[in-house]
Amino acid sequence: MRAPQATPGGILRGIPASEGKSRIGRKHVLATGVSGGIVRAMVRFAGVGLRYATQAGSGQSGPGPEVLRDISFTLPPGSFHWLLGPSGAGKSSLLGLMHLALRPSRGEVEILGQSISRARRRLLPALRRRIGVVFQDFRLLPHLPVFDNLALPLRIAGRSEMQIRADVMEMLRWIGLEAKAGALPASLSGGEQQRVAIARAVVMRPALLVADEPTGNLDMGHARRVLALLQEMHRLGTTVVVATHSESLVAEYPAPALHLSEGRLVFHG
Amino acid sequence: MRMSGALRRSRGRDPLGLRRALSDRLLPALVAAMALLGALALAGARGAADLSGRWQSGAAAAITVQLPAATGGEKLDQALSALRALPEVAEAKAMDQARLAALLRPWLGEAPALPLPVVIELHLKRLPAAPEALAERVAQAVPGASVEAHGVWVARLVALARSLQGVAMAALLLVAGIGAAVVAVATRAGIAARREAITILHDLGATDAEIAGRFARRVALLVGGGALAGTLVAAPVLAAFADLAAPLLGGQPAGSVLALPWGSLPWAELALLPLLAAGIGWLTAQLTVRRWLRRLP
Repeated sequence: MRAPQATPGGILRGIPASEGKSRIGRKHVLATGVSGGIVRAMVRFAGVGLRYATQAGSGQSGPGPEVLRDISFTLPPGSFHWLLGPSGAGKSSLLGLMHLALRPSRGEVEILGQSISRARRRLLPALRRRIGVVFQDFRLLPHLPVFDNLALPLRIAGRSEMQIRADVMEMLRWIGLEAKAGALPASLSGGEQQRVAIARAVVMRPALLVADEPTGNLDMGHARRVLALLQEMHRLGTTVVVATHSESLVAEYPAPALHLSEGRLVFHG
Repeated sequence: MRMSGALRRSRGRDPLGLRRALSDRLLPALVAAMALLGALALAGARGAADLSGRWQSGAAAAITVQLPAATGGEKLDQALSALRALPEVAEAKAMDQARLAALLRPWLGEAPALPLPVVIELHLKRLPAAPEALAERVAQAVPGASVEAHGVWVARLVALARSLQGVAMAALLLVAGIGAAVVAVATRAGIAARREAITILHDLGATDAEIAGRFARRVALLVGGGALAGTLVAAPVLAAFADLAAPLLGGQPAGSVLALPWGSLPWAELALLPLLAAGIGWLTAQLTVRRWLRRLP
C-alpha cells in the first residue's frame, strides 16, 4: 500500500476556510454551519419518505412500498459521517437522495442550501457539479482512458483544456496513478479503479462527497488506501458521508454515524 | 502507459462513445436511399410545375366562339351580351382582327381580301364538369356560331399537372416523416447502448441540453452525409429522366452523358436536401433524447 503522493490542495482552492478545519471524530453540530452569515446545513432531511415507482410489466402499477420513512437529520459543513445498516436498510437510497439521483416522495431534503423537494429540474445539474459521488462498482466509462474519465466532470463544467490537463495530472499524482493516465479502466486493479473513481468525484472540488460502499469490492489493504483518500478530502474541508458494511474500518476510524434499519433512522451520533 | 494527445482529445470529445453506438453505416445508407426518393419527388414536383406553367397559357381561352365573317357591330354586341349573361362565363371579349390575321398569316399568307371570322374568347369562372354541354348552351345563346372547347381540356391537363405536383410534395413529406422515424429508432438504439454512460454524465451534472446535443450533432453528421450521398446518386438519374421527357417538351434526346440536360435539374432544391435532412435528424435526435432524459431526476 502506498501513501498518497501529493495533497490535492491546488484543486481545493476556493473551499471556504470555515468549511476546511474539521476532523474525523469531532463532535457533530446539529443544524449549524455558517456561510455568509446565514446559518445553513450541508445536508438536512426533515420527515423524508421515499417510494420507488413499480416497474412497468411487473403486473402492478402505482408507487411501491416506502423504502425510507420519516428520516430527519442534519449534517453540518465539513463533517465526516459513516452511514451504517444492514443490506436493504436504505443506505443507497439515502445516498441517492443526497447526490440528487432521487427525489423524495415526501418531506424536505435540503442539500447545499437548496431545497431539493421543490427545486426545478433544470436547477439540479449545477448543484450536482458541487457533489462528488463514489460508487462500489466505480462506474467509470469503460471506453475512456483514465485521463478522460477524470477529465469528464471538468469538461462537463466547460473548463479549458489547459486547466483540465493541470487539474487531472494533479489528481493522478495524488492517487498515485500518474503513469496510468492512458490506461483503460479494465486494465486497472479494483483498488486502482476505485482510486480513479474517488479522484473523479473530487476533481471538481465538491462541497459534499458521498461514497456508497467504496471499499466493498476491495481487500483490507486497498480499503485503507481508499479511506485515506476520503479522510484527506475531509481534512481539506469537504463534507463526507461514507456508507459501509465494514465494522473493522468503522472501528479503525471512529466518526459520527447514521444508523439505518428497515428504512428508518434509528441512531445518529 | 502513455497515449498520444490527439487520441486523448479525440476520445475526450466523445465521452458517450457515440461513434460506435450510432453506426456510421446503416443510418447513412438508409438516409441516402430516402434522399434519393426525396430527390425524385422533388424533381417530379418541379417537372409538374413546369408542365403546369407551359399548359397554363393554352388554357387561357377555355372556349372560343366563331361567328361568320360578316358579323359586326350590333350583332357582335348582342352575342357578347348573351355570352356574358351565362353564369359560367367570367369574361367574353372579341379577338382583335389584326391579331387574328397575324396568327393565321403562316398558313394563309398575306391575303387582305380574305374575310376572317369574328372570334370571341370566353374565360370561365371554373372548369365545367361537362364541357360539351356548356359548348351546346353557348351555341344556343349565339345562333349561327361554332364553338370550340379545346381549352377546357388543356385546363384539365393543367389541373392534372397540379395534382401531380401535390402528390410529389406529399411523397416528399412522407419521405421526411419516415426519415425522422428512422432517426428516432436509431437514436433510441444509441440511448439503449449508452444508457449507463448517459446516466453517469447526468449524475456528474451534465444538462439535458449537453447530452442531447452530443447525440444531435452525431446524428446530424450521419444523416447529412447520407443525404448528400443519396442526392449525388440522384442527380444523374434525374438528368436521365429529364432527357427521356425531352421529346414531350419539344427537345431532342441527348447522345451522351455530358449532353444530358444537367441545367434543367432543380439544383437549388437538391442542394438544400442534405441540409434539410441534417436539420430533421438534429431536431429528431434532440427531441428523442430529451424525452428519454425526462425519466431521470
